[in-house]
Amino acid sequence: MGSFIPNTKAEQEEMLKAAGFESFDELFADIPEDMRLKTPLDIPGGMSEMEAAGKMEEMAGKNKVFRTILRGAGAYDHYIPSIVKSITGKETFVTAYTPYQAEISQGILQSIFEYQTMMCELTGMDVSDASVYDGATAAAEALTMCRDRKRTVALVSATTDPKIIEVMKEYCFGSGCEIRVVPEKFGQTDKDKLREMLTDDVASFLVQQPNYYGLIEDAESLGEMVHEAKAKYIMSCNPVSLAILKTPGECGADVAVGEGQSLGMPLAYGGPYLGFMTATQKMMRQLPGRIIGETTDHDGRKAYVLTLQAREQHIRREKASSNICSNQALCAMTAAAYLSAVGADGFRKVAEQCVSKAHYLRDGLDEAGMMPTFGGEFFHEFVMTCPGGQKQVDTVLKALEEQDILGGLPLGSGRILWCATEKNTRAELDKAIGIVKEVLEGGASR
Amino acid sequence: MKLIFERGAEGRGLSLLPENDVPAYEIQSPKRAAAPRLPQVSETELSRHYTELEKQCFGVNDGFYPLGSCTMKYNPKVDEDAAALKGFTGIHPLQPEDTVQGCREVTDTLERYLCEITGMDAITLQPAAGAHGEFTGLLTIKAYHHAKNDPGRTKIIVPDSAHGTNPASAAMAGFQVVSIDSDENGCVDLDALRAAVGEDTAGLMLTNPNTVGLFDPNIAEITGIVHQAGGLCYYDGANLNAIAGVARPGDMGFDVVHLNLHKSFAAPHGGGGPGAGPVGCKEFLKEYLPKHMKAFYGNFLVAVKSLTYLLMLGREGVPEIGKNAVLNANYMKKKLSAAYDMAYDHTCMHEFVMTLSKLKKETGVSALDVAKGMIDHGIHPPTMYFPLIVDEALMIEPTETEPREVLDHACEVLLELAKKAETDPEYLHGAPHDRPIGRPDEVAAARKPVLRYSFGEK
Repeated sequence: MGSFIPNTKAEQEEMLKAAGFESFDELFADIPEDMRLKTPLDIPGGMSEMEAAGKMEEMAGKNKVFRTILRGAGAYDHYIPSIVKSITGKETFVTAYTPYQAEISQGILQSIFEYQTMMCELTGMDVSDASVYDGATAAAEALTMCRDRKRTVALVSATTDPKIIEVMKEYCFGSGCEIRVVPEKFGQTDKDKLREMLTDDVASFLVQQPNYYGLIEDAESLGEMVHEAKAKYIMSCNPVSLAILKTPGECGADVAVGEGQSLGMPLAYGGPYLGFMTATQKMMRQLPGRIIGETTDHDGRKAYVLTLQAREQHIRREKASSNICSNQALCAMTAAAYLSAVGADGFRKVAEQCVSKAHYLRDGLDEAGMMPTFGGEFFHEFVMTCPGGQKQVDTVLKALEEQDILGGLPLGSGRILWCATEKNTRAELDKAIGIVKEVLEGGASR
Repeated sequence: MKLIFERGAEGRGLSLLPENDVPAYEIQSPKRAAAPRLPQVSETELSRHYTELEKQCFGVNDGFYPLGSCTMKYNPKVDEDAAALKGFTGIHPLQPEDTVQGCREVTDTLERYLCEITGMDAITLQPAAGAHGEFTGLLTIKAYHHAKNDPGRTKIIVPDSAHGTNPASAAMAGFQVVSIDSDENGCVDLDALRAAVGEDTAGLMLTNPNTVGLFDPNIAEITGIVHQAGGLCYYDGANLNAIAGVARPGDMGFDVVHLNLHKSFAAPHGGGGPGAGPVGCKEFLKEYLPKHMKAFYGNFLVAVKSLTYLLMLGREGVPEIGKNAVLNANYMKKKLSAAYDMAYDHTCMHEFVMTLSKLKKETGVSALDVAKGMIDHGIHPPTMYFPLIVDEALMIEPTETEPREVLDHACEVLLELAKKAETDPEYLHGAPHDRPIGRPDEVAAARKPVLRYSFGEK
């Protein structure tokens, strides 16, 4: 059995006596006799560290790690600089608690302050919180920020990642907010439908940029329509796209949210990831979660603290802006370390390579016989339709899988959502295109 | 110290990517007017920046961390190794099922362990933190009542000693919060509970041991009263460490529980996350567990860490958690009773609450002063001013992973600080003395919020 209890049995006995107890049973006298476990737990016996490590390696070995990943849909395979892992693996960062005690937490507080600054820079917004759980919960929290007593309907574009919409629905089952989905047209938000649906009970409209299909939405004019109807405008953004695209701030967003996993976090079967949230100055006090602020100590030295705590659960209880307590602090630090490592220039290069490689892949697949599903400009994801329909989708993906390539995500009706990042080399893309071509040609001749 | 934006120079950076090897495509859609002002630093500067930041923090590896209610136990390093395995980190969450069998084995195995430890029948690993778990559990309760055609159950009962997340989560789930007073022992006042329940009761949220560190001996009666009224019982697992392997919420009458993997199951806190707040429930509630509380399957790597920990502890090791956590707390409580008033003079569980109200009246030294004084002795302060029902509260949770000498030293320090309060209160008002900063002006921070670097602009 492994144990992390330093005191030996003999020491424990001495301590019991010193504390005034005869036995361990006496310590638990308040627990009614019939509620105490009489038999050992029905779980396996304990292991040594070596055995446990071996068991975990065995489990990890049962997963397939693809050499090439051409799938995104909310989780992206980017290069993670070694320095990022070195920074976020630092033992004190890993094992510290939430920085309640500012005097011994300046390092973490400052790192989050730097993170907040970077997220404001990326999104073009005024203020940022210290993170929430992931991009989907960030979107759901944003709806809560925007609703008020009269306006209780949240609109969301059908071009949003369905997983995000599902999470929004779960949150709204709680809050009583109503979700209405604005239809899509040719893979983009249907503006006419949006205009019709912007009734005076609508609190907010959320659009994803680039959207679930990878297409770049006309975010600025959507924002204008939303504001004309006196509703709040929420943009859910892929942070890498913000190296190039017009920012939420420039598009008039009131709240900008997104999934920060692309900023230095591994795929890790879906988590831990990073939900980022930024807002206009006006919405500052509606932001959920921790916020770090700059101040001074009694000697006038610069200091960082948790601030605007009057919004939070430990002060306001049921009147708090959110219930969030633990967030994703180490993931926020990861994002800040990542953005510092790549720098302004490097970040733009990452984005440009993503875009270029995605377009190269799209052209290649087009030539191989797949059909572009939508027109319109895309960023680093795009949808294509298999000429042979849904059956062919499975054949294509299976053939890629056999060559150690994770193909795009099947969306049904013969469609596949592809993604390319800076990690994919031309050789890898050519190989994938070649395999697809072979399958499609084989399919045609059969 | 300097911000990362104040380091480096124009044009500095790391060599990370090869040249683009495909034709460049230029985006035609509207672009941002100016590039984001990100740092331009070399790897040397970046590395040293964070090393310097690390020195201005305090983790479990730095010293004793008796932060009540947060269970700051030691975080085993083998857990970190397991979570860094490429076979876990390199897995896309939307890979075909037959390529993620190892991940499924991790989640299935952990679920089985947690069900057995809590006495529940089903577990979801989706919630990312304790509060997220609370929200998930409350939505489960809400869905259940709605399915039973009983949507009039709109109230959640919460004791006044509860964590702030309890009422906040209940409000988020659309419930009205009914706060009930605790009795003179800090436990649930049964009469108040009886008066509060009714046809509108959706459920009760309870921590047991409660937030004053006592096991509520009336627990069977409490859950009975709520069930009788048609409500459900929610167990806040923040304090599970006290009873792990000794007793189970499922046997006390609870229907839904959340656990904090970053407390009881040794996953590190990361300076405020990522944690994980799995939710368990009884069979009859299984179908009402929300399926989409997060985009994917929760903070998977945190689950990997806790599973590694549990594999090592196993059947024999888990009960040692509760036993030693409670022993260590009572050991400290006994020693500290020599100079401090205990809020409740009774055998405690894994933590206990002291009230410094008399000390403050007599010397002017507050709970805050004593807490800050501990920093000068290399000890992380306890939880301060919580629970709200105790005046000048300090809540101490030593956990089971501390050696006796550490507990002895912490007691000596606290006893010395009590003496110092008599002889030199001014000194304690000014604590801590040897840190890069003294006490920060929090009022100014909130009045004129500065939430980002200004790049020298106004």
